[in-house]
Amino acid sequence: MRFSGWRVLKEGLTGNKGWAPHWRNPEPKPEYDVVIIGGGGHGLATAYYLAKEHGITNIAVLEKGYLGGGNVGRNTTIVRANYYLPGNSEFYSHSLKLWEGLEQDLNYNAMMSQRGVMMIYHNDGQRDAMVRRGNAIINQGDDAELLDVEGVRKRAPFLNFDNNRFPIMGGLLHRRGGTARHDAVAWGFARGADMRGVDLIQNCEVTGIDIDNGKVRGVQTTRGVIRAKKVALAAAGRSGQVAALAGLRLPIESHVLQAFVSEGLKPVLNHVIAFAENHLYISQSDKGGLVFGSYLDFYSSYAARGNLPMVEHTMESCLAMVPALGKARLLRSWGGIMDMTPDGSPIIDQSGIEGLYLNCGWCYGGFKAIPGSGDAYAHLIATDRPHGAATKFKLDRFRSGHGLMDEEGSGAQHNLH
Amino acid sequence: MRINCPNCGERDRREFYVKGAALARPAADATLEAWHDHVNLRDNPAGELHELWYHEMGCGAWIDVCRNVVSHAVLSTALASAADLGGAR
Repeated sequence: MRFSGWRVLKEGLTGNKGWAPHWRNPEPKPEYDVVIIGGGGHGLATAYYLAKEHGITNIAVLEKGYLGGGNVGRNTTIVRANYYLPGNSEFYSHSLKLWEGLEQDLNYNAMMSQRGVMMIYHNDGQRDAMVRRGNAIINQGDDAELLDVEGVRKRAPFLNFDNNRFPIMGGLLHRRGGTARHDAVAWGFARGADMRGVDLIQNCEVTGIDIDNGKVRGVQTTRGVIRAKKVALAAAGRSGQVAALAGLRLPIESHVLQAFVSEGLKPVLNHVIAFAENHLYISQSDKGGLVFGSYLDFYSSYAARGNLPMVEHTMESCLAMVPALGKARLLRSWGGIMDMTPDGSPIIDQSGIEGLYLNCGWCYGGFKAIPGSGDAYAHLIATDRPHGAATKFKLDRFRSGHGLMDEEGSGAQHNLH
Repeated sequence: MRINCPNCGERDRREFYVKGAALARPAADATLEAWHDHVNLRDNPAGELHELWYHEMGCGAWIDVCRNVVSHAVLSTALASAADLGGAR
């Protein structure tokens, strides 16, 4: 079933009776070429690109819950390529280019909206860091513009420009950044993978990984044994536990990151705005709700909920930066579980066990990475060589200390990311 | 979340700084692998976990907090100085 304007019109006139399910719900087969553990954004994108770019279609994606029920349905939907360090820079640049063609590629409306990401600075040091970052973004082939305070005021007149502690001095505008509809991204990739023959198997939890003589043979699941030539982890938040099934210990702690949505409002916020102070980021969804978040809670957690001190901090930051929102009511908040690595950057690599691959450690930024991660991971699984845009996402960097990507400059230590 | 400081009693989470898993420190001349394991690798269990918390806005003690990371329940606390995490000296 292809989507088109004509089809929408026709269904609208005939009671919308012609729509079919977007993917099959197959029984697991006894054996696959590739089994992907995790049916979130990264797992589904990996299956899609394996089928599309590498012609491997005998694939199962195993999801313990339902598709799109994990972190891909639990984030602040921001898409951007304004990274600074080599390794991250080329990867997120690649990912943003894939985002830009994603809806046409998938024939699916992911509500990709390049409304611009504006990073606000409040002092000279932050301005210098923004200039440097902006130059890095331009050097990687993407867009960045330094705005002075009037440039920011023109775009977002309701911000608190005269905050005593954190006056706004200007911002770095990344026009190609924006937001996308998180669920639709998962559904689009799921449908695209299914159409190419990939089996999407829900309610199927992996309980064991079979390894024989240092080579992976398949997985044990709640729906029986599934043999596989290659097994690929994509279980964000639970990567440590899934890797433990294969006897691996990863440089990962799982932490909770909270996000918030206000009641639906008329359009007030035209960009994604991130404040350097207090690390607040905020945007307005197409439905009208303000979507915002701040820091991690910074302690290990597998509870998909946070704690009140960070709620208070986030609300304080929000009101300090955007006082006009003081009367908006908060509709809900939620917490997602992140794989936190010591340097805050991801891992796409071989595991050391033949046929077992790792895609983990996306920390606080997995959503924007989905197409790039899927493409790069598929390349690694199909060819056993890293994709050109993801050569630095090595597992070994923590042991050797070479090529750490500490984007925040806070130090490569677990409790700092 | 409230943490029972052995010196000060039960206090708000905001008085504390969290360091992460409470791990026995390897000897200074331990192998690279042992140090890599200590600094980077984690068991990351979904259940009980011993962590180091620092009573930053209180008595300044390092505390070994045993916490259930699924329910956030604090199960026990003890002074870290008694937990023998210092490694071979």
